[in-house]
Amino acid sequence: MKLYLKIWRQLNATSKGEMVDYEIDGVTEHMSFLEMLDLLNESLIQLKERVIEFDHDCREGICGQCGVMINGRAHGPLKHTTTCQLHMRSFKDGDTIYIEPFRATAFPVVRDLKINRTSFDSIIVAGGYIGASTGQAPEANSIPISYETVEASFDAAACIGCGACVATCKNSSAALFVGAKITHLALLPQGKIEASKRVLTMVDQMDTEGFGACSNTEACEVECPQGISVLSIAKMNYEYNKALIMKK
Amino acid sequence: MIDSKIPDGPLADKWNTYKAKAKLVNPANRKKLTVIVVGTGLAGSSCAASLAEQGYNIQSFCFQDSPRRAHSVAAQGGVNAVKNYKNDGDSVFRMFYDTIKGGDFRSREANVYRLAECSASLIDQSVAQGVPFAREYGGYLNNRSFGGVQVSRTFYARGQTGQQLLLGAYQSLLRQVNTGKVTMHTRHEMLELVLVDGKAKGIIARNLETGAIERHAADAVVLATGGYGKVYYLSTLAMGCNSSALWRAHKKGAYMAGVSWIQFHPTCLPQHGANQSKLTLMSESLRNDGRIWVPKKVGDDRLPNSIPEEERDYYLERRYPAFGNLAPRDISSRAAKERIDSGHGAGPMKNAVYLDFSDAIAAQGKKTIEAKYSNLFAMYEKINGIDAYKEPMLISPAAHFTMGGLWVDYELMTTIPGLFALGEANFADHGANRLGANSLLQACVDGYFIAPYTIPNYLSGELNTTKVTTEHPAFAEAENSVREQLNRFLQSKGTLSTDYFHKTIGRLLYEKCGLSRSKQNLEEAIVAIKSLKASFEKDLLITGDDTLNSELEKAGRVADYIELAELMCYDALQREESCGAHFREEYQSNEGEAVRNDTDYCYVSAWEWKGIANPPELHKEPLVFENVELAVRSYK
Ligand SMILES: Cc1cc2nc3c(=O)[nH]c(=O)nc-3n(C[C@H](O)[C@H](O)[C@H](O)COP(=O)(O)OP(=O)(O)OC[C@H]3O[C@@H](n4cnc5c(N)ncnc54)[C@H](O)[C@@H]3O)c2cc1C
Ligand code: SF4
Ligand code: FES
Repeated sequence: MKLYLKIWRQLNATSKGEMVDYEIDGVTEHMSFLEMLDLLNESLIQLKERVIEFDHDCREGICGQCGVMINGRAHGPLKHTTTCQLHMRSFKDGDTIYIEPFRATAFPVVRDLKINRTSFDSIIVAGGYIGASTGQAPEANSIPISYETVEASFDAAACIGCGACVATCKNSSAALFVGAKITHLALLPQGKIEASKRVLTMVDQMDTEGFGACSNTEACEVECPQGISVLSIAKMNYEYNKALIMKK
Repeated sequence: MIDSKIPDGPLADKWNTYKAKAKLVNPANRKKLTVIVVGTGLAGSSCAASLAEQGYNIQSFCFQDSPRRAHSVAAQGGVNAVKNYKNDGDSVFRMFYDTIKGGDFRSREANVYRLAECSASLIDQSVAQGVPFAREYGGYLNNRSFGGVQVSRTFYARGQTGQQLLLGAYQSLLRQVNTGKVTMHTRHEMLELVLVDGKAKGIIARNLETGAIERHAADAVVLATGGYGKVYYLSTLAMGCNSSALWRAHKKGAYMAGVSWIQFHPTCLPQHGANQSKLTLMSESLRNDGRIWVPKKVGDDRLPNSIPEEERDYYLERRYPAFGNLAPRDISSRAAKERIDSGHGAGPMKNAVYLDFSDAIAAQGKKTIEAKYSNLFAMYEKINGIDAYKEPMLISPAAHFTMGGLWVDYELMTTIPGLFALGEANFADHGANRLGANSLLQACVDGYFIAPYTIPNYLSGELNTTKVTTEHPAFAEAENSVREQLNRFLQSKGTLSTDYFHKTIGRLLYEKCGLSRSKQNLEEAIVAIKSLKASFEKDLLITGDDTLNSELEKAGRVADYIELAELMCYDALQREESCGAHFREEYQSNEGEAVRNDTDYCYVSAWEWKGIANPPELHKEPLVFENVELAVRSYK
């Protein structure tokens, strides 16, 4: 099939970007969206032009490094699907596709479609872990954890850190990402002792990084490739309020 | 003679003896010592976090935008550990034996025993970090059995075990960033190793965001840079995985071992077109319920469901009745290739076999199968648009795991003093074939439990040597060679892209040094690689400049792949036997099984770089088996 692409090109964080038109032919329905971009880049090389920079690595929906806005939707038209797992059978011959980077103040553009998501790591640095030192952990079965608890913890732990939730949120809030980590750790007995300190430092850092506040629009859950539930945001708020009260 | 430094004494005591005698560094002195850790996968993160906790300064590097994206994140199936929770007779010795046998008697006894010995602690460690492993209803840990063994010792976190283990290690790493003991350098690629007086003292890295070339000095360097299966272009590995860190260390004097031992995973999605960039793994756990078959008739074009039972060949069940569909990876992959090559392949490109769940669905009900594998079936449908509850899956073998890598001794140190290699980047532990779920284990055990003893043992000797800074001429020299190479790529005025060369070397290797090898093919490959190398020098075309430029990044990686590919062929050619993942067509039984030659090849091949114009030099590390008897590896 033949497609008309409008792609965001931007040299670096400080320069001005613009949408540029491209045409591409010979796309097959089996190709992934990123393979379609590979094909376009191959043709740009033949024209001696600089390639379009985009982020990706695993190409199987698990590393969280890919992600662009496709026709205004984070990761494209399918629910719960990363950009690398989107295939061209979702498009048809003659379509025009708009491709832009995930946009948020806390995610500055690096070049073209590549963005800087270090702000996510900074939130984890602030407290997104259990303080277990390596090498002397107690026997794993000494603390039983119920099946349901582990499954619920897992549902939240599955976040891949892609940032689609932020990109799709009108406030650029990182609440789903942070809520997921808070929920994952707060549910487990190992994580309980530090729960109040963790939620305070992480939420603080989220604000420092320039993410907006959550206004319960719930657009994030719709676009999250891992289907992380907005209930994790409620859990975060609960843990946060509890921690504030306990702190006094 | 290369010295593997295996401690004396009985097998079961070796590691304890080593730990008891290892030299320590006084806590007050640790802050004077810096270690560079390249890679933030399971091996790199766990090592960096452990050393930082002890008080050393760590400089941590990865090429992704966040340490959490290292390719360990992609592992699905599970991680092995001797806990004997099922009371089914598991023990350290049994795991040791399974692993030695699984590796076709081409790994070191002492390393493998230590792997099994440390495995139980890994589960404790991860659970303490908050890894949500599968649980029984009573709240205790659950586990299952995996290809090639007869006990239940595989722990798992749904189909995302690697992701969860990595997040645990990543969080430990970032916890140390918080304390100031770890400095993170993301989007940085190591391009050269710096040696001072023959010891590893630093690296040259390129900042992938700005293009700046940076110097970093340290008292020791750890490479935990993962596997190089992407040399085949189509593989289960991430697009960014590469061999550059290893290869550049090799050219500085570190030996590479077992380089041609590449595992082809039997249950991947087949290639479907020329523009495909990777092959996706389907968890091997599917083989617990799926039956593998091909049509009996050559070139049978009927849809799978219209091929009657008696016209199907369940070739694994036929050839390996004891293990059937659960035969180890090398055997299952080779058997699939044999069927495909003889014209029985299925699918649009005739390059696949069927993995059929209809019997399991009939016997257990669709609900049960859904409960076990629904995410995999959903993934299959996403990629292929086919409902595998109704029609068998198409699967095919794909390049997956590299048993080879930098040669290391028992301390995980390479032939360059002060240069350590951990995880998939080293050759140790797996022999000529890796059993499923042993690699996550090795990466973690190397970083959490072994390097934290062996690296300080080395560092204790570095305390009183003069501090090397980035002003040392060795840094300037290394930096120059990196700059020269990048300039050469940018000035190359050819017509062919880096991807063209990557795909070409990949196809060549797959055909001549892939699932099966022969003398003639390997000799032809060496000639072809030399001419591809010459073509790369003059026909390469790179657009863009020396700032952020993914084409420029790829060029360096592909240049290294081409040289590595040549070494792989030498390695495969020299080993005139069939073992594990290495199948030399000249050495097979009448039934087509691999024939090992213990009299002449019971050693590790460690190769030394001798310059671009010369063939590499082989060093042999004899493998001594004192605790197991070398047996024919039979799964019949
Ligand atoms: C799809 C898939 C499924 C798997 N499933 C299983 C399983 O179920 N069980 C199991 O035991 N094993 C499994 N494996 C194997 C296992 O995941 C890997 O062997 C293991 O995770 C490797 O870990 P590592 O830390 O050595 O390397 P990796 O996790 O690959 O990390 C490499 C790191 O090095 C960095 N790096 C590399 N080169 C450079 C450079 N030049 N400069 C800077 N940084 C660099 C990267 O950025 C990355 O951080 C699977 C592998 C794949 C591909
Ligand atoms: S919560 Fe979902 S959308 Fe947000 S970073 Fe995690 S996986 Fe991506
Ligand atoms: S490339 Fe890893 S999630 Fe898409």
